[in-house]
Amino acid sequence: MADPMRIRATSKDGLTNVKVLMSHEMETGQRKDGSGKIVPAHFIQNVTATYNGKTVLSAQWGPAVSKNPFLEFNFKGGQKGDKIQVTWTDNKGEKRTDEAAIS
Amino acid sequence: MDYERRKTLKAGGGAGLLALLAAAGIIRPGDALAADWNKAAFEGKSTQDALKAMGASAPATSGDIVIRAADIAENGAVVPVGVESKIPGTQSISILIDKNPSALAASFDLPAGTEPSVTTRVKMGQTSDVYALVKADGKFYMAKKEIKVTLGGCGG
Repeated sequence: MADPMRIRATSKDGLTNVKVLMSHEMETGQRKDGSGKIVPAHFIQNVTATYNGKTVLSAQWGPAVSKNPFLEFNFKGGQKGDKIQVTWTDNKGEKRTDEAAIS
Repeated sequence: MDYERRKTLKAGGGAGLLALLAAAGIIRPGDALAADWNKAAFEGKSTQDALKAMGASAPATSGDIVIRAADIAENGAVVPVGVESKIPGTQSISILIDKNPSALAASFDLPAGTEPSVTTRVKMGQTSDVYALVKADGKFYMAKKEIKVTLGGCGG
């Protein structure tokens, strides 16, 4: 199981800023290990952020997103204390959802 | 049209909403489906391949797209890139790296209410033009910026 994401959401002037740091290898499938074998691709393909059940961002990623991916975006609305949820799914079907309260 | 969209937004979230939008002809199926992954676009080798797979073969160059990134990236494995669109009705933002083995790095769908500005970190194999592709009101726009890489991020 992958490590939890670090999510920070702050609300200011009616705009909520969301920063997410995920823990993932993001292996491209092009790198070779010490014995010359190709390391199989393993990367996050889909990321969805929801606020009160409404999607505020959905992303499709390729292996060119850096290891331990970082993501930042802003959306209108968002009350302090409410939860924002982020889910990722990788190419092996692994999945992780974490949430954080808006501050 | 805009009123219609408000109505459909209220009518339901998730798959239901997308199905409604698709039915109304606002988006094509598979176009903005959250659970979907555009395999053809991500596996397209060149920028042109990726653009074609996204249905954006000839995007117009726009000065209203800002790519926020350093001119020189010291470490190609972690290149911070931010894209901000000032085009009204921006629906999606994609980041493409011309000289990477597969050009398309990331694509973000922005529902109404989400600011047309995203930041992430990408890998770059070598110095390359980085393209930001923006879809607004069904049309595609593009901007580019060259980022110099002193240490490649693939294979390291």
